[in-house]
Amino acid sequence: MGKLIIDGAIVDNQWQRLETDALENGVPAQGKIIVPLAYWQENREALIARGDVAVWLAPGEEPKDLEDDLAALPLVAIHFPAFKDGRGYSYARELRTRYKFDGEVRATGDVLRDQLFYMTRCGFNAFEVRADRNIEEALQGLKDFSVTYQADVNDPRPIYRRA
Amino acid sequence: MYVYQEHDQRLLEERVAQYRDQTRRYLAGELSEDEFLALRLQNGLYIQRYAPMLRISVPYGLLASRQLRRLAHIVRTYDKGFCHVSTRQNIQLNWPSVEEVPDILAELAEVQMHAIQTSGNCIRNITTDEFAGVNPKEIEDPRPWCEIIRQWSTFNPEFAYLPRKFKIAVNAVPDADPALIGVHDIGVQLVHGADGETGFQVWAGGGLGRTPMTGSLIGEFVPWQDLLPYLESILRVYNKYGNRDNKYKARIKILVKALGADKYRELVEQEFAELKDGPMTLTREEVERIQSCFTAPAYQAVDTAALDSKLAEDKAFNRWYHTNTRAHKQAGYRAVTLTLKKTGRIPGDISDEQLEAVADLADQYSFGVLRNSHQQNMVLADVAASDLYDLWKALDALGFATPNLGLITDIVACPGGDLCALANAKSIPVAESIQRRFDNMDYVHDLGPIDLNISGCMNACGHHHIGHIGILGVDKKGKEFYQITLGGRGDRESRVGEKLGPSFESDQITDVVENIIKLYVEKRLENEPFIDTYERIGMEPFKERIYG
Repeated sequence: MGKLIIDGAIVDNQWQRLETDALENGVPAQGKIIVPLAYWQENREALIARGDVAVWLAPGEEPKDLEDDLAALPLVAIHFPAFKDGRGYSYARELRTRYKFDGEVRATGDVLRDQLFYMTRCGFNAFEVRADRNIEEALQGLKDFSVTYQADVNDPRPIYRRA
Repeated sequence: MYVYQEHDQRLLEERVAQYRDQTRRYLAGELSEDEFLALRLQNGLYIQRYAPMLRISVPYGLLASRQLRRLAHIVRTYDKGFCHVSTRQNIQLNWPSVEEVPDILAELAEVQMHAIQTSGNCIRNITTDEFAGVNPKEIEDPRPWCEIIRQWSTFNPEFAYLPRKFKIAVNAVPDADPALIGVHDIGVQLVHGADGETGFQVWAGGGLGRTPMTGSLIGEFVPWQDLLPYLESILRVYNKYGNRDNKYKARIKILVKALGADKYRELVEQEFAELKDGPMTLTREEVERIQSCFTAPAYQAVDTAALDSKLAEDKAFNRWYHTNTRAHKQAGYRAVTLTLKKTGRIPGDISDEQLEAVADLADQYSFGVLRNSHQQNMVLADVAASDLYDLWKALDALGFATPNLGLITDIVACPGGDLCALANAKSIPVAESIQRRFDNMDYVHDLGPIDLNISGCMNACGHHHIGHIGILGVDKKGKEFYQITLGGRGDRESRVGEKLGPSFESDQITDVVENIIKLYVEKRLENEPFIDTYERIGMEPFKERIYG
């Protein structure tokens, strides 16, 4: 499997994200898998029994759809079919601040260096950088700025409340 | 003006480094056109008809003289020696090269300027009344609140990839809308509560463009402490639910209209309940820190006797004084508008040498500060009455004393098809043709206040919807046509004009405008301005005259 960035380090990707099409014959018997929200909702009990399962949200699918499941999930992925669709930023923030989710929040899809800094501030801690891009270089995107004005997931204080 | 602290400066420098690297990767083929597009737009860089256009941010229109001098240097070094004041109080360069933009940004950063979020689907420059701080009618200075919003919106990580662009304006004048908050994505109106404390009426869902409309009242009274959490709540609802499938239906106005203001408010209140009294709540210390950057300059006692005699003896000066200067909070001072609308000049254009001359005048007569207005003029806001005559002479020599402020030849026009890749039709030649038709200044003054606005396409950068007379360029089978609207307002209130009827060819448009004006002159009551006559007699007589 490929590499991804977790908590600022490049590591092996342990999880496989599955599209609905790949689930026609059910989930693979083994391995860590990330399933679509609808599939999760239909097969919740069986998937919990199987273990090693996480859920991914597409744009339009909000964290509140997972509200009762978050305790059972080690990871929630938020998928970006196109990097310009910014709904995922609000979803990640909600997962962290509204639902206090402290598992892994992973960005998948059109994930590129120039968005990583914003994503980190909104609560993502894992990034599957698009396969055709150099992940080592993308890592630099986490360090674009040392100054922030606003409150964010990593520091709930806006600049005017920091010491 | 807001005084940068070390961290504000560091942020700009980090931004220059980031954008320089993005440009390098784009030129090296490591970023696709589409990927770079979003990045360069967030930096105000468009690729236009003949060259890129770089929009430089001028927060709420304020420019210090040293910034004007730096702009002069930049337009001389990197452009063709002139720049353009936009209808959102920014400055645009029309001929920079993509490769040199990082160097331009580095030059700007040295004088605390940038191009952050001047385009793209993010929160744009915060705008306000160009007379903010000196307007005798305002309840308090709106600029500190603009600055507070500016900092919150700058690189806000959650709202960089919104469904569409997002414009916020702030107004502190009751019973008038000099900041056009009625036609902004969010309009913030300062009000004072029963206890005298500052609060805000917050409007959302106004906008021009393809589907013009005025906003709905969402927050009836937002206490000052809650301003940022409340704005954040509005943005979050929009970011989650705004239309992303069709860019023509993606502005917040479409969402507010689709949901209805009550439903939108309910969603905002849900978000706000989570943020209220949390760490985003503004502190009095922070507000006072920002306010301390906008204190009144060192006004002096002014002897106005010399002014009175000059007004009596010099008719041209007298006309300019009554047209281009206006009342001030401080006794003995006037706010002076430099009209960038001399016939033959592209509305809003200014050259490098003129920028430097204006910087000198700002230093000499107005505490070193100048403002851009959304009507594409410039303002020296703090001029002692005793200096007005000398200033007028200097401005006249520069071509910035045409006494037409607010009159029919003070035309607001976007760059249009001469420069802009989005335009359907040219704006600048239309403006010039109308200015030439109305070349008798006595007649122009007799006509009284008339806002004439021209946009080259329905993106409405020339704010045609809010012109008393609006002209919109449209494309019909590859030919340039122009549609006219009447009755728009961007003065006492913001209101969208109504279509007169079928569109006209470019060689007809000046005659049509002239005929509209002739009808007004026939129908007007004594001292009745154009817009009041229009509202009294309605559209029908104009339709009959033009098409009958």
